[in-house]
Amino acid sequence: MNEQRDTSADSPKGDYVLLAIETSCDETSVAVVRNGREILSNVISSQIETHKQFGGVVPEIASRKHVESITIILEEALREANTSLEDIDAVAVTQGPGLIGALLVGVVAAKSVALALDVPLIGTHHIAGHIYANHLIGDIVYPAIALVVSGGHTEIVLLESEGKFRIIGRTRDDAVGEAYDKVARALQFPYPGGPYVDKLAQEATEEVVLPRSWLEPDSYDFSFSGLKSAVLSEINRSRMKGESPDFSALARGFQQSVIDVVTGKAIKAAKEFGARQMLLCGGVAANRGLRERLSSLCEEMGLPLLIPPNKLCTDNAAMIAAAADLKWRRGQFSSLDLKAEPILSLEDWSV
Amino acid sequence: MQRNDKSDSTVHYVREVSTEMSTVQFAEALAKLAGPGDVLALDGDLGAGKTRFAQAFAAAIGVEGIVNSPTYTIIKEYEGTVFPFYHMDVYRLSLEEADELGLDEYFHGNGVTLVEWASLIEPILPPDRLHLFIETTGPESRKITCRPVGSKYESWCRQFISQPNEKEEPTA
Repeated sequence: MNEQRDTSADSPKGDYVLLAIETSCDETSVAVVRNGREILSNVISSQIETHKQFGGVVPEIASRKHVESITIILEEALREANTSLEDIDAVAVTQGPGLIGALLVGVVAAKSVALALDVPLIGTHHIAGHIYANHLIGDIVYPAIALVVSGGHTEIVLLESEGKFRIIGRTRDDAVGEAYDKVARALQFPYPGGPYVDKLAQEATEEVVLPRSWLEPDSYDFSFSGLKSAVLSEINRSRMKGESPDFSALARGFQQSVIDVVTGKAIKAAKEFGARQMLLCGGVAANRGLRERLSSLCEEMGLPLLIPPNKLCTDNAAMIAAAADLKWRRGQFSSLDLKAEPILSLEDWSV
Repeated sequence: MQRNDKSDSTVHYVREVSTEMSTVQFAEALAKLAGPGDVLALDGDLGAGKTRFAQAFAAAIGVEGIVNSPTYTIIKEYEGTVFPFYHMDVYRLSLEEADELGLDEYFHGNGVTLVEWASLIEPILPPDRLHLFIETTGPESRKITCRPVGSKYESWCRQFISQPNEKEEPTA
């Protein structure tokens, strides 16, 4: 729906090829991207393995698994891109935030390649990657508001100009994806159950109306733990009365509450900061209910909206290349003593 | 896999709290005793308030800003006033995966570690630790069962659960 591809090179340095590596959490991913926008390959571990399962990916948390996959996936990415290492002009890698053991694998691999090829290294912020995944599918107009919704993050980020990040709201407890997965547990779905809740909510005919957590009137922060508790107490109440809880009506009530608050705050931010574009990103951007509501709200106010396709919403290395491109074009490179940072400030990573 | 060899402590200390604020005060009292290398192993059902407890504990050791759920990222690190705070949620991990993550470096590191859903990885928790089990007894009331393993944590428990009446204290 928002697919408009612009592969024109806007690099002052002409054509260049970036190798990008992402290992911040569950996924091992390597991409080859030309000029920061044209994906030549984007290989993601869970998508090439045979145990791809319905409803979610098998978590690949242990560092050892990243170690086992990284070389294979790197070779696969080069092969798919029909590129050899000699063609690589720079190496980008997720520096943080993430799980230290997982990040380290990518960082060590990236440094080794950069050193061996004698090309620049670009340490990249994971959330900047999610946001700039949108630059792989369209042009970003500033100021823009990015709504980042994923398993580990829920943030509203203001981009006053290209590569300048300001977090104006974040979750105080669960990320949206976590809230979905926890409610899914309460509704007895296997982990990760977010997609099941989305599906159940879409199919529901009834809705148990649950509270909205707006917090202070001027706050763009989020809190979902109260909503999670509300779902649990509804389940308990039904059981105490000897009834079986209506899971689909609860899923619907939960989804409606989350979507109201998340989209409500994003739209309010867009108005307050005079945004000329809305960017939706992160793994939960795959949620149908959320996509549909945000699309219609943006349409109402004539605000252009970009949503990357699912493959670019979940963790992947092409998005890391898209964010690293900001630094490449400004010649802002990392030194080889770059450290993986489990906590890394998005605002400080600004260009 | 290296496993701790201390068997279950049989001494349980129970603290009943009636409001969220008294849960917070209990976390603050524990935080006053905690230091580098200490490990709190937290369990309790979904919505029992494990993360809320962790937030209060973190604030009490001087962590500034938001402490949110580590479920997805497994481990989050924060800077406290004097030492760091390591906040873990091992729900998503198998015992083998947890072992491979090298959690030991955190347990024996420079900070205090709080592990949510710790019972899932009990065999690889350090020999000395304080188990806390939070049960929901009402909308805000909770029953917190403390199970110390090791003499240090036994003495902690004796210190603040010696009061015959476990109701909330008037001040923090």
